[in-house]
Order: sequence, then C-alpha cells, then structure tokens
Amino acid sequence: MTKQEWPLYEVFIRSKSGLSHRHAGSVHAADDEMALNNARDTYTRRTEGVSIWVVRSDQIVASDPAESSAFFEPAEDKVYRHPTFYDIPDEVENL
Amino acid sequence: MTDKNVLAAYATRLGDNALIIGQRMIELVAAGPELEEELANANFALDYIGQARMFFSYAGECEGAGRSEDDFAFLRPEHEYQNLLLVEQPNGHFGDAIVRQVLFDSWYLALLEVLTRCSDEGISDIAARACKEVRYHLRHSSQWLVRLGDGTDESHARVQQSLNDLWKFTGEMFVPDDLDDEMRSAFNGPHLEVLETQWRADVAAIVAEATLDLPDDQWMASGGKQGRHTEHFGFLLAEMQIMQRTFPGATW
Repeated sequence: MTKQEWPLYEVFIRSKSGLSHRHAGSVHAADDEMALNNARDTYTRRTEGVSIWVVRSDQIVASDPAESSAFFEPAEDKVYRHPTFYDIPDEVENL
Repeated sequence: MTDKNVLAAYATRLGDNALIIGQRMIELVAAGPELEEELANANFALDYIGQARMFFSYAGECEGAGRSEDDFAFLRPEHEYQNLLLVEQPNGHFGDAIVRQVLFDSWYLALLEVLTRCSDEGISDIAARACKEVRYHLRHSSQWLVRLGDGTDESHARVQQSLNDLWKFTGEMFVPDDLDDEMRSAFNGPHLEVLETQWRADVAAIVAEATLDLPDDQWMASGGKQGRHTEHFGFLLAEMQIMQRTFPGATW
C-alpha cells in the first residue's frame, strides 16, 4: 500500500477580537473539518486565539521570489507614500 | 451513607472514568496515525487526567481522611477502581479507539451536563469545566467515526466490527446501583434511564451519518462499577502505578 500524504493547510489565528488573523503555521489534514481541528489542537493549546482560519496551501496564489525585484523594489524610493508626518497619540494601540 | 460519603464515592467514580480513559489515550502518544492527530490525543488525555485530578481532590476533601489525588490515582488495588469496563478496553487499531471514544464521550457529556445542574457545588463546578472539554472530544471522535465509516470498504468494515465488539460494554452505563440512586435522591444527580434515551438518540445519529449499523441488543458485560474488571485492567494499572509502587512517595 502506498502512503499518501494528506494535503497541507495554512493556519491563520486571530489572537483577540479587533486584531486581524495572522499566519501561524501549517497542518496536514484529510479534509477541511480535520484541518480546523488540527489547527486548534496544534496552535491554540495555550489560549493563543479566538478565531481560526484554515485554507488549503495549494489554493494560495503566491508571488514568485524570482520576481521580487520587479514586484517590490520600485516602492523602496517612494518615501512620500509613508504616512510618517502624523503624530500618533499614545492611547492608540495596535496601529 | 452520609451525604459527604456519597459525594466522596461519586467523585471517586467520576475520577476513575476520567483517569482510565486518559491513561488509554496517553498510550496513543507516539502511536498516532499522523503528527497532528497524536498531538490532539495527547491534549485529550491531559484534559481527562486534569478532570480526574479535580474529582479525586474533591473526593479526598469530602472524605476528610487526608488522601491526596495521587493516593486515589496510584495507590489503590484493582477492585477499588469503579470505572466503566468500556474505558479500560485496549486501544486496538485506530478505529477501535475512536469507537470507544464516541461511545464513552457521548455518555460522559450527557452525564456531565446533568451534573452541572446537581445540587452540590463541588461536583457541578468540575462538571461545568469538563463539559467544554468533552464537547470538543466528542466532536473530534464523532467526525472520525464518520470519516472511517463513510470512508473505504475496508475502513467501513473494520469500524463496524469495532462497534459490534465494544457494544457489549455500553449496557452498564445505564444500570444504576445504590450510589447512583443516592446521588440522584440527595443531590439531584443523573437519572440513568433518561440518560439512556438521549444517548441512544445521539449515538444513532452519529452511527447513521457514518453509514454504519447499530448493533443488535445483546448480552451486556457489567461489573466495572463494582470493581470487577476485564483482564486488560491489571496490565493498565501495573504500567500506571509502577513508579509509585517502586518508589513510594516519589515526587517530581
């Protein structure tokens, strides 16, 4: 019998309400429900999250590292796009 | 029995079920089908053992004889354990373990839900905490039963056999003894016959979704609550107790 690997899922966790989901890692799972369970059991054992997203890794469209210079470097010398001229009040968290 | 004695005995019994099913789940560590599944099983085992600790501590408190949770867990002889025969059954293949978990978790969850409404705060507090954990365990085990039952011809046949083999251990879950009656009359504890109706409906729904057949009514094994165990139990205890038996009083 050949051993077939289960598909890989990427796991995104929201650590608390109001924040966005962040990539936490990946799990193997045979189906979507199992992926959600495995993500819960692997990545939220120490109360790391209040919400989990899982998505099949092969469903993610990613940029090509070989094209990174064309993709990202043109933005490097455009400092005027950064909103660096505002004062941020101390009370504002998570910005 | 005085009320305190009833509580001590009943908490001990609840602790025994949690401890022994936890010990069986621990055996699946390093024997799981996948890394993630193994981690899940280790989590569940720790949930159960945590529940056992709470129940045993409370039993010791009610008993008032100075026994600690470790005394309950590690220093009793076989006939003093009152867990269900179902929870001591060996893991077998993964389908066997999953069927055992489904049959037990569905009973245990229904029992705990009633216990959250019992009139003793010590038991109801522990039950409320355990409910959340076991609800997830049941979700996990029942999803696996559906995957295996509604999977390949091979997995279907094997898990149907597991269900047929383990069915005979479900009868004693619903046969009340004196302690069950006292817990019910003194503290509004579970009515096991009512529980059976709910359990049968819950299990029938999971089994139907898994495209399996419920086994026919048959001879039922019993004796766990009276301390008469199956032949597997001595081996389980030997492994679980060896450290305390070899080095009495050893601590971490």
